[in-house]
Amino acid sequence: MQFLALLSAAITLIGAIMVITRRVAVHAVLWLVVTLLALAVVFALLGAPFAAALEVIIYAGAVMVLFVFVIMMLNLGRPDSDREKEWLRPRAWLGPALLATLLCGELLYTLPFRPDDTAAPDLLTARDVGLSLFGPYVLMVELASFLLLSGLVTSFHIGRHRLRER
Amino acid sequence: MSVLSLSDALLLAALLFATGLAGVLVRRDLLFMLMSLDIMLNAAALVFVAAGARWHDASGQVMFLMILALAASETAAGLAIILCLHARGRPSLDADTGNLLPGNLRSGNPLSGNPQPGNLQRG
Repeated sequence: MQFLALLSAAITLIGAIMVITRRVAVHAVLWLVVTLLALAVVFALLGAPFAAALEVIIYAGAVMVLFVFVIMMLNLGRPDSDREKEWLRPRAWLGPALLATLLCGELLYTLPFRPDDTAAPDLLTARDVGLSLFGPYVLMVELASFLLLSGLVTSFHIGRHRLRER
Repeated sequence: MSVLSLSDALLLAALLFATGLAGVLVRRDLLFMLMSLDIMLNAAALVFVAAGARWHDASGQVMFLMILALAASETAAGLAIILCLHARGRPSLDADTGNLLPGNLRSGNPLSGNPQPGNLQRG
């Protein structure tokens, strides 16, 4: 299990370094998705399965989809067919696919290890997090909702300006 | 259960944060700067989760949720600003070209490498 943790940490670091050295934004997004998935595995190995699930769902799911949408809308540089050819070259997706396969292998390797419920007392489940979230931290939840609302209003405001000027 | 010790997690978080910081400092593309910011936020979240696992406290994951909300709104606002800049006719996403006020944008080409001619003469 120590080996799995070190492998996930190495995948995280490699992915992060590849993100900041790519030239094409879509390739960087691919590497970033792999990085976030590996970080989710690290969270799971740290005994935080709820954080791992949220990392996959919200970060690797929602936030990365935002990035992909914006890259699609920006339409930078060359004509579309050239760019699509460059995106689909095997050199572009082979590295992220390889690391994702490694992560999938880790998942399949850990599947037979049944966690016996008595021997894992230091697992922080969603129940603990929820009790803490809506107990002593309920004010912070409200503040986070303010923050999300302000993000929504900001995005809407900037987009509305853009529509009016056209 | 936790096979990753706190010091290992702290080392990984430090390396991740350094990578993200290098990305923000080195890359000039706004999209890459946003991605590097996300990497840095993830490193901070990793520290919180690792500390929460070490002292068996759910507060670490509560802070992780807050960082998640912060990162989501930060990304949304940043990407909206990038779209806005692009819609104003900016040909590239270079962050260094965003230093001119709208009045100056029409008089000269902001991408010509010397956006402020007065600075060179003064020294």
